[in-house]
Amino acid sequence: MLTKRIIACLDVDAGRVVKGVQFSDLRDAGDPAELALTHGRAGADEVVLLDISATYENRSTLLDVVRRTARQLFIPFTVGGGIRSLDDAAAVFDAGADKVAVNSAALADPALIGRIAHRYGSQAVIVAIDALRIGNGNGRSFGVKATGGRHITGRDAVAWAAEAEQCGAGEILLTSIDRDGMRDGFDCELTRAVVSAVNIPVIASGGAGAAGHFIEVFREGHADAALAASIFHLGITPIGELKQELQVAGIPMRWPC
Amino acid sequence: MIAIVDYQAGNLTSVKKAFDHLGVEAVITSAPVTIARASKVVLPGVGNFEATTALSGALQEAVVNAIDRKVPLLGICLGMQWMFDSSREAPQLRGLGLFSGECEKFHASVKSPHVGWNQLQVDASSRLLRGLPQDSFVYFTHSYRAPVVEATVGRCEYGGLFSAVVERGELFGVQFHPEKSGSAGLHLLRNFCEL
Repeated sequence: MLTKRIIACLDVDAGRVVKGVQFSDLRDAGDPAELALTHGRAGADEVVLLDISATYENRSTLLDVVRRTARQLFIPFTVGGGIRSLDDAAAVFDAGADKVAVNSAALADPALIGRIAHRYGSQAVIVAIDALRIGNGNGRSFGVKATGGRHITGRDAVAWAAEAEQCGAGEILLTSIDRDGMRDGFDCELTRAVVSAVNIPVIASGGAGAAGHFIEVFREGHADAALAASIFHLGITPIGELKQELQVAGIPMRWPC
Repeated sequence: MIAIVDYQAGNLTSVKKAFDHLGVEAVITSAPVTIARASKVVLPGVGNFEATTALSGALQEAVVNAIDRKVPLLGICLGMQWMFDSSREAPQLRGLGLFSGECEKFHASVKSPHVGWNQLQVDASSRLLRGLPQDSFVYFTHSYRAPVVEATVGRCEYGGLFSAVVERGELFGVQFHPEKSGSAGLHLLRNFCEL
């Protein structure tokens, strides 16, 4: 049976894993290569490395961090942050990534998604969307921010996800800015809205705090995968224990692995 | 030396990295002369079946010659599909026809592509899967799937059963990515290296 995936995310700034709350107040959480290996051994189904300052500071992704991390990791490994062109993507693939996540550059130039997909296949292109709630009640919608949550765009998150799929995206990584680092649950409403608009897998992100949150986002949000960072790095919720708890709740998991 | 055939269909770094990890010499190549010297050949690849058009002429000849010399050949993902007769994804093209059957889309009842970890129904007679536990988890990412045929030694269930592993003599094909399937995948690659 195809399992739901648990993805460990490493937010990297200046070569170190950091963790913030609602995209700011960054604190050091360790070495990316070491943490990736630890998470892989603990049962993570995939690892995502996001160079969170790459776009803002206009520097290229930290290729040797990618190379060092990829060397020992034999599960899918995604790298995002600062990928603005096919050449940027190629450098990251050459360093050992299996997939790239594009965000701001795809918002500015959606055809970038197709250019990378044409060369490396759709399965290698994840479009990352940083979404936030706008308005209340019937007037509620989900907006999209660019450059690491710094700039609001005029786009609607659900419509953008559907457009990204048309452009050749193989998966959507959907982060709720409202829930990021809050540990009070994923935004299931946002996740469900995007899942129903696309036919490709959707990875829910932002808000993981306990096993119950994962159960909710798989059952009510219909997510294909769920991503978390700090609860794994800080050892609040060991991945193995989380997967066993989800399995007991009837969510298909790769466990033991 | 293992030759990993580069026909511009995706990223081959991960496949090479897995062999490096196992301590086995592997080179990424599109040179027929290198393939001719190889003790084993790996045909990786992702993307559209049309990408296999790059496997024509001298490159295809080198692969076919290796097969004739009984050099073990491992097709991964698109590389495995190319070992079948054809694919609905690009019906105008022919595969190598080493395994009979046509690759088709998934049933409409399931999401496509099939992405993630799914389980293998292992046939105990398989050399490639020797020592791999029943229901091992491996990592898939594909939109077309090969039918279950006589040579099928590993099945997977996703909107019906399909061929996850095929094997006949020195010919081997896997639909999933052993280089991305954790310890189960490395185990399979080690089996291939030890053939």
